[in-house]
Amino acid sequence: MSENYARIARDGLWNNNIVFGQLLALCPLLAVTGTATNGLGMGLATAAVLVASGGTVSLLRAAVPPEIRIPAFVLIIACIVTVVDMVLNAWAHDLHKVLGLFIPLIVTNCAILGRAEAFASRNRPLAAGFDGLMMGIGFTLALTGLGALREIFGAGTLFANASVLLGPRFAFLETKVIPEYQGFLLLILPPGGFIALGMLLALKSLADRRRTPGALTDDGRPARVFTAAGVLTPAPEGDPS
Amino acid sequence: MTAPIPASPRLAALRRSPGLVLGAFSLCTALILAAADDLTRAAIAARAAEDLHASLAQVLPPAQPEADPTAQTRRLEDAEEGSVPVYLATEAGQIRAVAFELTGYGYGGAIRVLMGLAADGTILGVRVLSHAETPGLGDKIETAKSDWIQGFDGRSIGAPGPEGWKVRKDGGVFDQFSGATITPRAVVSTVHRGLALFERHRPELLAPVTASPSTRETG
Repeated sequence: MSENYARIARDGLWNNNIVFGQLLALCPLLAVTGTATNGLGMGLATAAVLVASGGTVSLLRAAVPPEIRIPAFVLIIACIVTVVDMVLNAWAHDLHKVLGLFIPLIVTNCAILGRAEAFASRNRPLAAGFDGLMMGIGFTLALTGLGALREIFGAGTLFANASVLLGPRFAFLETKVIPEYQGFLLLILPPGGFIALGMLLALKSLADRRRTPGALTDDGRPARVFTAAGVLTPAPEGDPS
Repeated sequence: MTAPIPASPRLAALRRSPGLVLGAFSLCTALILAAADDLTRAAIAARAAEDLHASLAQVLPPAQPEADPTAQTRRLEDAEEGSVPVYLATEAGQIRAVAFELTGYGYGGAIRVLMGLAADGTILGVRVLSHAETPGLGDKIETAKSDWIQGFDGRSIGAPGPEGWKVRKDGGVFDQFSGATITPRAVVSTVHRGLALFERHRPELLAPVTASPSTRETG
């Protein structure tokens, strides 16, 4: 029995990306992606928890009866997040000052419970940890990308205060993209998060359509339509709906 | 992709009593959390004390040889602000400066403001200890993001007068930031409250330190 690691990586990074594929974790997403730096911080913290919770859930999967798996997974995740929070506060205090705001938010991230239930509880620890890592990296990329988009157009900067999060060596990341920019408040506030997310989702679906031959019908309409209910094939020509 | 779940007789017995397993899970988690709390509590308290120390060092004059700013405190009872701990910077028993913390309410909730005042009532420094203002807008009250908060240095209750202790938008002398008025307004009014508190208790605050051992507060 061998797990298909390439497939896990593809799913985590692109096809089944937490944000762009599963549309999960939108609450922490909108809250922290006002700047690219905050998005990166939240993404890295979440990735670490995803790896730890995936491995732990997978190790304990034989001992957890199906009836109680959800509360048991919630306990595991909450326990990991709380311990990480306390340990960082005690021994990596400067990092905690920056990330501290994000760490309790990780518990509210339904994607972590989702991966525990959908993947880790059915796979070996190594594969579950790898899935957590790939999902985490995919999530980090999504958060950083969205943060960068909102920051460039909302405040005219990119990676502002990166040196506070990553250390003074990363000060070179801080750029003023648009000099003398007055700022565009809407994009910094949560509605701007929704608007930017919608644009990125449209871009991803465009990229997917270009990449996949046969995704368009002969007259140029999409052969498949993705909705919350699943994949639909479009109504025939002339249908009033 | 699904790995078969190993079925040993003992595990099979466990799986028939989910309540017990869940109870055991809760117990284990509680034990882990208790152990982690026990291991980290001292270190976290030490870090919090260091933070307070570092903030005090920024709003009080350079420390005297013997002075640990967190060592000398005085508790102030005020009708409006309640019980406020005051940190003292002393020189030969005389109070050179005092520092205390007040809480204002901004756009995102409580803003904890630490301010240091010289004995004559001029502001030596103001720092925000914690806040939950909008990142990228209201967080310019942090020294890491902007030097706005240093605009208070050297001011006092009389300079500017009562009409000047407002943001520019309300007719005062302090700048607001583009896109955020509520946050600077909250900080300005909190600092003003602090100055008023100092004026109400000036004699009590500036009374020379007696020889009696002072109480030490950590965090």
